[in-house]
Amino acid sequence: MTGTYDVIVLGAGPAGASAAIEADRLGLRVLVVDEQEDAGGQFWRMPGPKAARAHAEPDGNDLRARLRASGVTSSFGRRAWFIEPGFRISMIGPDGIEEGTASALILATGAQERHIPVPGWTLPGVFGLAAATVLLKAQGVLPGRRVTVAGVGPLLFLVATAVLKAGGEVAAIVDVNSRRDWLGHSRGLLSRPDLALRGASWLAQVRARRVPVLTRHAVRRILGTNTVEAVEAGPVDAAWTPIRGGARRIECDALCIGFGLIPLTDASRLLGASHRFDPTLGGWVVDVDRDQKTSVQRLYACGDGAGILGAAAAPLRGRIAVLAAARDLGRLPTSSFEVQARPLRAALSRSAHFGAAMTALSAPRPGLTNLISPETTVCRCESVRRAELDAAIAEGAVTINDLKSATRCGMGPCGGKICEEAAAMLIAERTGSAREHIGTATARPPLRPIALDPLLGEFNYDALPIPDLAPL
Amino acid sequence: MSDFDLVVIGAGLMGCASALRAAEGGMRVAILERGAIGSGASGVNAGTLSLQIKRVGLIPYAMKGHEWWAKAGDAVGFQQTGGLTLAFNEREAKLLTERMGLKIAAGAPIELISSNAALAREPGLTRRIVAASWCPADGFASSNRTGTYLRSLLSAAGVALHEYTPAQNIERTDRGFTVDTTVGRFGCRRLLLATGAWTKQILAMLGLDMPIRVRVNTVAVLERGPRTVGSVIGHATGLLTLKQKSDGTVLIGGGWQGRGTPASGRGEVVADTLLNNLRLARFVVPGLASFRLLRSWTGFEANVPDFTPLAGALPGIPDAYVLTCVRGGYTIGPYIGRLMGDLILGREPEMKLFDPGRFADAAVVASD
Repeated sequence: MTGTYDVIVLGAGPAGASAAIEADRLGLRVLVVDEQEDAGGQFWRMPGPKAARAHAEPDGNDLRARLRASGVTSSFGRRAWFIEPGFRISMIGPDGIEEGTASALILATGAQERHIPVPGWTLPGVFGLAAATVLLKAQGVLPGRRVTVAGVGPLLFLVATAVLKAGGEVAAIVDVNSRRDWLGHSRGLLSRPDLALRGASWLAQVRARRVPVLTRHAVRRILGTNTVEAVEAGPVDAAWTPIRGGARRIECDALCIGFGLIPLTDASRLLGASHRFDPTLGGWVVDVDRDQKTSVQRLYACGDGAGILGAAAAPLRGRIAVLAAARDLGRLPTSSFEVQARPLRAALSRSAHFGAAMTALSAPRPGLTNLISPETTVCRCESVRRAELDAAIAEGAVTINDLKSATRCGMGPCGGKICEEAAAMLIAERTGSAREHIGTATARPPLRPIALDPLLGEFNYDALPIPDLAPL
Repeated sequence: MSDFDLVVIGAGLMGCASALRAAEGGMRVAILERGAIGSGASGVNAGTLSLQIKRVGLIPYAMKGHEWWAKAGDAVGFQQTGGLTLAFNEREAKLLTERMGLKIAAGAPIELISSNAALAREPGLTRRIVAASWCPADGFASSNRTGTYLRSLLSAAGVALHEYTPAQNIERTDRGFTVDTTVGRFGCRRLLLATGAWTKQILAMLGLDMPIRVRVNTVAVLERGPRTVGSVIGHATGLLTLKQKSDGTVLIGGGWQGRGTPASGRGEVVADTLLNNLRLARFVVPGLASFRLLRSWTGFEANVPDFTPLAGALPGIPDAYVLTCVRGGYTIGPYIGRLMGDLILGREPEMKLFDPGRFADAAVVASD
């Protein structure tokens, strides 16, 4: 798929695929890149061979059909590993390295899960909530026979319902929020009655199966020797700090646990765009204006990667981003841009309300770090325990980069995707610093680890461009 | 406003080593650092401690530097593995023989060895070696641990360290200098600039200019893998450094150029040069083909046209000093910083420093 385009879209989830289709409609040459084998992203994920195709979300099938019918060049099964300004995107796939260049780039890279390392979280049988949705949707595989679902937000009920539907048992739902927390966001939820209704149906299914729902509770420990055997849950206060006593043991063979979603910002950080910390959008997020433009010329961001507003808002933001790119490339008159963007913005404002309510409901509260005991491994790639992080913070590590240098936390294969959020919360708790000061790890290529052999290809030693010699 | 005998701007290896020496000599010392301690070149270089890649004139300093790193030991991940430098064609072999000959004459414990002897030491190397040299003194440390280690030394020595405190303005006063920062004004009798690639901007605050240029060196790390190579591996041209750490990760450097400037605050890796750096590494150690590239980054390295350190008194400004542009500064920094501390204390350094006055013609003292 090496070639030159008007626009490249990175990510083919609800935002990216919609953006690509819109770009094609506007007559732009467009390339969409995704490491999955088809469009849909995580939310409308394409079911794998083991899962019944009928189980796919109808909206996802519709999106895939429209993409196939369009003139969009789709580069699936390719992983973008490097993006250079201007823009040149290098990706690796089954045939080695391919490159796309375009003067406009739209990032639609989605979200990642916020993990809180509860003691025992590295045991086999522990899954992220978002990871569990992939397992259930794409693979049609149950995380366990008897599953505890824990953490925060709407994914709790989505996963519990999916487990029940797939024939599993849900041992309990352990929700750090109270009923009042949920009700507090009812206005936001009702901005999209269709989606609120869907949530209500999940709740009804959970009730009908008499699944215990523990509100204002958190999993304190995950028990088991080689795999999950049980979890210990107990009450938390309004800051989500565990309250003494009230612990109960829940027998289960799997735990799905997650604490909300965080925008994936590696690509926008790599390109030097400005970012800000906004808990209502999931944390660190790339700055975009109402046209989805970032601070870098002709770089746009949409979907959950530009702030967690959910799958309903994503396609709208993707289409607005492309309209803005077309305008900025001189391919769409400003007046047409305004006419076409207006209805999208109106619809976005309703969907964004809903998404923002869900994100606010999931925004982490400071007490969560009390769930991480001193012996608990926070960075599993480099085996760094909380006690080591606390010691380094006490010795003066006040930013994520400091802590990374001092302890190797986040230096492993995951690049901090799993541990960075918890590490930043620990610095905040220990130093009282704002997350703006704690920062993020500097984004560095490759975007994901990449095998050298396909990356380097065939080469001849004598043809390597040896630069000028260092002086003697 | 506090009054210090010495304010050092820049908490890299050289600034910290100078501060430690001055504090040892009884001075009240403060260090002002724009970012975190040891987060510039001191913390992002590839960690190579190799006499084979040092300039001939700096060999005696590098040997003293090695002693400091050996003493720091585990706290900085120091490992004396020995190092091999390799040539793969006649041109490189000639270069290797000539250059290593001069370094041997300068006192480095380097020996020229056969390609078979190199392969006997490192069976994971390519069979295409034409010539090789070996230095048992060579090794490496983990540069990311530099800052944490220096912080503990400064704290024990009573040096006032101010991180995230960029110098914004410097004024000369009748008692020395004042340095304005985001957290207030620091007064001092003497001033040392140990500001690495940012020295040109800081010199401008004193109305000076020197022909300092900046290189943007690329470093890459491969995900941990099977034990493949034990020593530090270099290339006759100096364009490769490679070592596998005890955790199995592999660090690759060699001064391949990224882009960016210190003024913009960030350097960027350039895909094509990174790939060629990695190709050279994979050619030399074929087993790396099965490893994964984990991360790559850049660090700024300052130099002057004669590639010799700027280390001494600033021309025309009494009680102001500069220490930067030390090629091989990671190895040499701790020692040359100590010499600098001695100079500031008014003692005769045990080895000569490198007078910045040689650029006095280029230095422009502001007329106001």
